[in-house]
Amino acid sequence: MTDAPPWRSDGALANFDVFGFLARYGTLIALLLLVVFNLAFTRNFATLQTLNVNLTQVCTIVIVAVGMTLVIATGGIDLSVGSIMAIAGALAPLIFLSPIFDGNVAVAVAVAMVSAILVATLCGLFNGWLVAQFRIQPIVATLVLFIAGRGIAQALTNSNLQVFRVPEFQWIGLGRPLGLPVQVIIMVVLVAFAAWMLRRTRFGRSILATGGNERAAELAGVAVNRTKLAVYAISGFCAGIAGLVVIAINSASDANLVGLGMELDAIAAVAVGGTLLVGGRATIVGTLLGALTIQLVRYTLLANGVPDAAALIVKAGIIALAVWLQQQRRT
Amino acid sequence: MGADLLLAMQGVDKRFAGIPALSQATLEVNAGEVHALVGQNGAGKSTLIKVLTGYHQRDAGEVTFLGKPFEVSSPQQAQAGGISTIYQEINLVPLRSVTENICLGRAKRRFGLLDWRAMHEEAEHLLNRFRVRLDVRRPLGDFSTATQQMVAIARAIGFSARLVIMDEPTSSLDEQEVQVLFDVIRQLKADGVSVIFVSHKLDELYDVCDRVTIMRDGRTVRSADMSDISKLELVSQMLGRDVSKMEGHATAFSRPPADRSGEVVLTARSLAAGQAVRDVSFELHRGEIASFAGLLGAGRTETARVVFGADPTRAGSMYLDGRAYAPTHPRDAIEAGLGFVSEDRKLEGIVPDMSVADNLTLALLPRISAGGVVDEGKQREIVDRFIKDLGIKCSGPGQKIRELSGGNQQKVLLARWLAMSPDVLILDEPTRGIDVGAKGEIQRLIRSLSDGGLTVLMISSELEEVAEGADRVFVLREGRTVAELAGDEITEETILAAMAQGHVSHQEPGQ
Repeated sequence: MTDAPPWRSDGALANFDVFGFLARYGTLIALLLLVVFNLAFTRNFATLQTLNVNLTQVCTIVIVAVGMTLVIATGGIDLSVGSIMAIAGALAPLIFLSPIFDGNVAVAVAVAMVSAILVATLCGLFNGWLVAQFRIQPIVATLVLFIAGRGIAQALTNSNLQVFRVPEFQWIGLGRPLGLPVQVIIMVVLVAFAAWMLRRTRFGRSILATGGNERAAELAGVAVNRTKLAVYAISGFCAGIAGLVVIAINSASDANLVGLGMELDAIAAVAVGGTLLVGGRATIVGTLLGALTIQLVRYTLLANGVPDAAALIVKAGIIALAVWLQQQRRT
Repeated sequence: MGADLLLAMQGVDKRFAGIPALSQATLEVNAGEVHALVGQNGAGKSTLIKVLTGYHQRDAGEVTFLGKPFEVSSPQQAQAGGISTIYQEINLVPLRSVTENICLGRAKRRFGLLDWRAMHEEAEHLLNRFRVRLDVRRPLGDFSTATQQMVAIARAIGFSARLVIMDEPTSSLDEQEVQVLFDVIRQLKADGVSVIFVSHKLDELYDVCDRVTIMRDGRTVRSADMSDISKLELVSQMLGRDVSKMEGHATAFSRPPADRSGEVVLTARSLAAGQAVRDVSFELHRGEIASFAGLLGAGRTETARVVFGADPTRAGSMYLDGRAYAPTHPRDAIEAGLGFVSEDRKLEGIVPDMSVADNLTLALLPRISAGGVVDEGKQREIVDRFIKDLGIKCSGPGQKIRELSGGNQQKVLLARWLAMSPDVLILDEPTRGIDVGAKGEIQRLIRSLSDGGLTVLMISSELEEVAEGADRVFVLREGRTVAELAGDEITEETILAAMAQGHVSHQEPGQ
């Protein structure tokens, strides 16, 4: 009870916390090392095209992982994000390809996007409702939509591949205002907003307090249940956007494939980024760095002729290392 | 009652990480007797029982059972040797049938297969001894807690136990179920089985026990026949207060000379909640330190949680400043001007990974944010002020609270509520687990706050803290207010007497 604080007022490095340092800056260091390595060994690395390829590939993961970070910060997890992407991806083409809009493409696309994202948000809200109201473990609660969600997406489309060429819609995946891909802009805006929100707003504090000590938060008047509802809804919202981006890039929507395995990529990004998986401590920028690191590892291996299967193993190794570092820090 | 010694534990020592939990503890139980084991939290009861059942290994001492040295290294071995334990939380398998639970670990076989018929019969036979009739094929989870406890006891007897240990068996039972349990205990006794009965409810001890062993600070303080010891003696020996000579000043509290109690701020009438709160009434006066006194399990914390809206009420009513007050969430209580420092700092107080500043302003957030955005300037200003005013030792507002000492964490939690300028502040064990210096500081702080007009409801298990700190004391006993003491009536003797006898002296509280 009366233990002396480990911090030192004289700023001495006598008890320098190696694991703490690595847990905090490890991802950034890894990312920088990867960049240096590639600059030295990978041909054509320092090109705008390489940057573009990597950013476009990482975008959807980051968008989903932002929502995932908030969920994990409350001590939860959301396995349903991939399936929610599939629902949004199945719903949007059904609407903008529907004959009822009679050629009014702008309206059709607007309605399609808004409804798809709204439905995705409602799916998230459903997750939150199960978690907050019925105290179902998040991993089980979101397993419901993980399984049912893809089924719903398949049922919506009769499991048919929906192919389309609607530039007004596909702008979300292919547009380049000011030379920047639209999804990169969405990603940056989401990351910036979420990072600000987590640090500076009451909602952000509620999230961290809920994940850090739910009972204490409740007794301090924090609306724990509402906070949980909100983070799962936001996670659904992010998954909805990601679903639209994916089908826009592909010019097609396949309910069997959209968002497949996304929950794991997003959780991996969050973990590698340094967010505590039990909740209470979260970093959105870390998540961005985590996703970039995983992406760059994969790119580095592929660009240097290592097969994708080996890349998966390396990815798993990085995740294990990140989680191990976290545990070393919390003794 | 023959002096036929069944169990003798002598000179038992047990240390955890060098800190003694038991020193020279002694426990002797005769055959066919119900033996009460009592003591405050941390007195060593649980450790002693765990040493007996092989859960912990003793560092020194002798244990003799049935005339032979008793050496076991696990509860399973103890059970095989004739000592069964029934825990507070029933440790059976709710999804399996009653029979399976009773026969778990000693299934009957016939031709290599399980002989279900014989096992069902045995289960029914064992339960019949206690006049319990039920369908033993149904899952255990279908039955009430009381019935499940009977099954646990039947299971213990099935292992031909000579000694059954019951750790607070009545804590989740209603009064009728308690009577059924007592019948079972008497039946066990008649069959020559001994029972060690751990409970904080005095009346129960006198109802069902033959002898008692009192523990305090890891030592056996006294063993006696129940008929030879009064409730008052029992309680004062548990608490380590010698009734005959209690004087001197042990805390930093001092009571103001005159009664200066203002108008009534908070009234509670006949509150009931869960099993622990049955009929609690009290009135808090402005600027007064009121205190709940009572033994463990008297319903003090539970009452505080109800007042703060953290748990629902079953019955009763509350009034705040004369208006009906029925909080359904702590937020309601906070908005009405209440604050609550809970007894378990780690579990319910601090958010360990958050900074001192964010912990301090957690309840204050709605007031220091506009449009959902926290005004960090305002936050910083408030935090700096409280760090200075309360002398919170930290490297700065950004330091994580888990790196602070217990006393400083407690100050942050006090500041969390003081920053709200509440009307009523509930403090549950405000000085538990913090060092002596910080303790005095917090006691002085509480007094100066009440001098400033804050109404304080303090719960403390330290008798001297209550006796010296409180202007008004409500004594709780088994979920009921049994006494209200004010001013000079408050002494350790009067509090002890009310805790022990369950009635007082002067005025009855409530209506």
